[in-house]
Amino acid sequence: MSSTTSRPAFLAYLSQYWREWAITGAAMVLALLLGAILMVVADPEVSANFAYLFTAPQLALGGAWAKVAGAYSALVAGAVGSPEALAHTSAKAAPLICAGLGVGLGFRAGLFNIGAQGQAIMGSIVAAYIGFTFQLPYGLHLLVAIIGGVAAGALWGGVVGWLKAKTGAHEVIVTIMMNYIAAGLLAWLLTTAAFMRPGRMDPISPEVQPTSALPGIYQQFHLGFLVAILAAAAVWWLLERSTTGFAIRAVGLNPNAAATAGMSVAATTTITMTFAGALAGLAGVQAALGPSANGVPVPLTVGLVGTVGFDAITVALLGRSRPLGIVLAGLLFGGLSAGGLAMQSVAQTPLTLTMVLQALVVLFVAAPALVQTLVPILKERKSKKVAMAGGEA
Amino acid sequence: MTTFSAAEAVLDQVVRLEKVESADQKRARLSTGSLVVAAGLLLLGLSFGAGQIAHFAMSNAFDEVQLPTFAVPAGPAVLISAVLCLAAGVGLISGRLSPAWRRAAGVVAGTSFLFGFLSWAAATSALPFPVSNQLSGTVATATPLILGALAGVIGERAGVVNVAIEGQFLNAAFAAGIVGSITKSIPAALVAAVLTAVATAALLALFAIKYLMDQVVLGVVINLLASGLTGFLFDQLVQPQSRVLNSAPTMQPIPLGPLANIPFLGPILFNQTILVYLAVLSVAVVWVLLFKTRWGLRVRAVGEHPKAADTVGISVVAVRWQAVLVGGIFAGLGGAFFTVGSTGSFAKDLTVGNGFIALAALIMGRWHPIWAALMALFFGFVTQMASQLQTLSTPVPSEFLLLLPYIATIVAVAGLIGRSRAPAADGTPYIK
Repeated sequence: MSSTTSRPAFLAYLSQYWREWAITGAAMVLALLLGAILMVVADPEVSANFAYLFTAPQLALGGAWAKVAGAYSALVAGAVGSPEALAHTSAKAAPLICAGLGVGLGFRAGLFNIGAQGQAIMGSIVAAYIGFTFQLPYGLHLLVAIIGGVAAGALWGGVVGWLKAKTGAHEVIVTIMMNYIAAGLLAWLLTTAAFMRPGRMDPISPEVQPTSALPGIYQQFHLGFLVAILAAAAVWWLLERSTTGFAIRAVGLNPNAAATAGMSVAATTTITMTFAGALAGLAGVQAALGPSANGVPVPLTVGLVGTVGFDAITVALLGRSRPLGIVLAGLLFGGLSAGGLAMQSVAQTPLTLTMVLQALVVLFVAAPALVQTLVPILKERKSKKVAMAGGEA
Repeated sequence: MTTFSAAEAVLDQVVRLEKVESADQKRARLSTGSLVVAAGLLLLGLSFGAGQIAHFAMSNAFDEVQLPTFAVPAGPAVLISAVLCLAAGVGLISGRLSPAWRRAAGVVAGTSFLFGFLSWAAATSALPFPVSNQLSGTVATATPLILGALAGVIGERAGVVNVAIEGQFLNAAFAAGIVGSITKSIPAALVAAVLTAVATAALLALFAIKYLMDQVVLGVVINLLASGLTGFLFDQLVQPQSRVLNSAPTMQPIPLGPLANIPFLGPILFNQTILVYLAVLSVAVVWVLLFKTRWGLRVRAVGEHPKAADTVGISVVAVRWQAVLVGGIFAGLGGAFFTVGSTGSFAKDLTVGNGFIALAALIMGRWHPIWAALMALFFGFVTQMASQLQTLSTPVPSEFLLLLPYIATIVAVAGLIGRSRAPAADGTPYIK
């Protein structure tokens, strides 16, 4: 891309910018199409009608249309169809945004942080523990719980960065193992007296005190979502305006060049993983202290954070590791998650379909050349080599 | 020559051959050594609290030939192990050992730590520690890991990172379960598993090689896709008619003639399922393929220096495609283990991260088929030991024992293995 500010160059930049958006949109449409085909094929009643495709096409196509339209309309209604649905989407998006920021930050430093899951689990453990054990006034209690959870995540991520910097241990392996260790630690803690709910034998903690819950604003739309947006702004500032962020980006682009320029790759690695862990820990805090559908936080159990750490990887990818992109991607996947629950209960289509959609969207977005082959309109007019930022991550 | 002799004489005096240790080597020496010393100190601490007698049963209750159950006085056994471990650690730290002695010190440290820890654990229980079970369980647990690691080795040697082993496992396990349930035939299930994993590998190759997508990212996405796809099909199709679609036959152990009757070793090595034999065979096949054939040389060439390979007329894209697809065959066999190799039924996400463990084994095994297989065996051993110790009800909470393989991996990766070098072009797409 030329750096001159001449008119044609600016227009080229603009068209490049719009093409990126168009490809993302096309990726979603393609994912939905493939999801529709999957739904029809996997439903024996609907797919059986395709035997009469030529004798009674209305039977086959009508049945397929009813199935697909029913599922997708329930999905959309559950995500954005009402104020309640929007609030639900925001609640699902908040932890995804936080953990996605953590993964994205790692990407920018050239680190592959698969460990957001474990970091979020650690964050949820500490936040919930502070929440149900301490007795503190409103405001202070919440603050202490958030700081505790974020610190736990930061520690869990920082260890990985430190090991990588000191011993060269591959961060992908170490983060995977740290995920298992965090999950096992949670399972063990839930069998100890400090964490078990009095009078219960199953692994569930007491409910957190109301003083430590993230206050709701409208239904499930709670303070945590605003915290997530603030975190995105903070990450943007860190990356684009601070010296540390400059070092992070430099190390990510070329560690050898960064080292030659006098930056410490080891220190940057440790710092990045600590920040990434802190952000993922914040996602765990959201899971532990954010209000659920009945207005109170869900008590700590083995599956409390769900798969937020793994979903965060797709969020970071779709958001191209940039804070604004991650916020939008988090909202999209939050909506998919909230709508998926509605789709499951209203249209009896398994929730797992949303995982397929999520994977397909990311796959298409990361391979713009494929989308351009399938949708030729999006091809560039000039036969320049397409240098899309899609797979850079 | 004579003109140089004066200079040479001077040089002989000044230059003294001295081995200089690089910073990396020094760090590796210190971290490995202190790790072994720490293990020794741990054993030393345990030796004071050790129970009376540790029992080691060499055969299972139902074996034809009954071998004796050894009784070892736990206190002295743990103490001796601790001393051996400490000695090895000090030796390693000192840096005065020759390479051969260093290797010996490593073996001594590992063996004595295991023996000491097991003696301590077994002494806390009245039941004997079943050595035979431990070893045969190790082989079974390691089987999918070995196959998965081999799949990764071939792909990564050609320069394509494979984080999608987990997804290949999951898809293959699902296909094996369904086809096995419908046909009631193990070979058909294996074929289905292999074809499905090769198809998943083709997806990996397509996006990695043709569309130049970041390969680690791609692996994660393929895993997600596999989890979603198998989960969706399971919910929608399999679950409602699980008697027809989710009741595959399971593999039975095949005794290898008279070899299976050898006391102790027979049941461990020569009375296993066909998958175990296939896994062992695969290690040899992959080693020969990579290091003894023309194709293997090409695979390694495109993984190390694709441009050079291209210059001499090797098609980088074709060789990479072939390598990834061949890897898919092994991943498919490994995936079949989880359905027809164990209970015969599929459950959502039933591979529970084994693909990632295989990935770890391959990195710890430094992208070498035999070392990767040994690392997979190490994982199998620790996992099996954790579940054995659970049944012995040791003082360590069982939740902690289950974490043992993961902690052992971090220790191994950080303390013992350190910087392992991937094939130079691993993960880099080739653009002509």
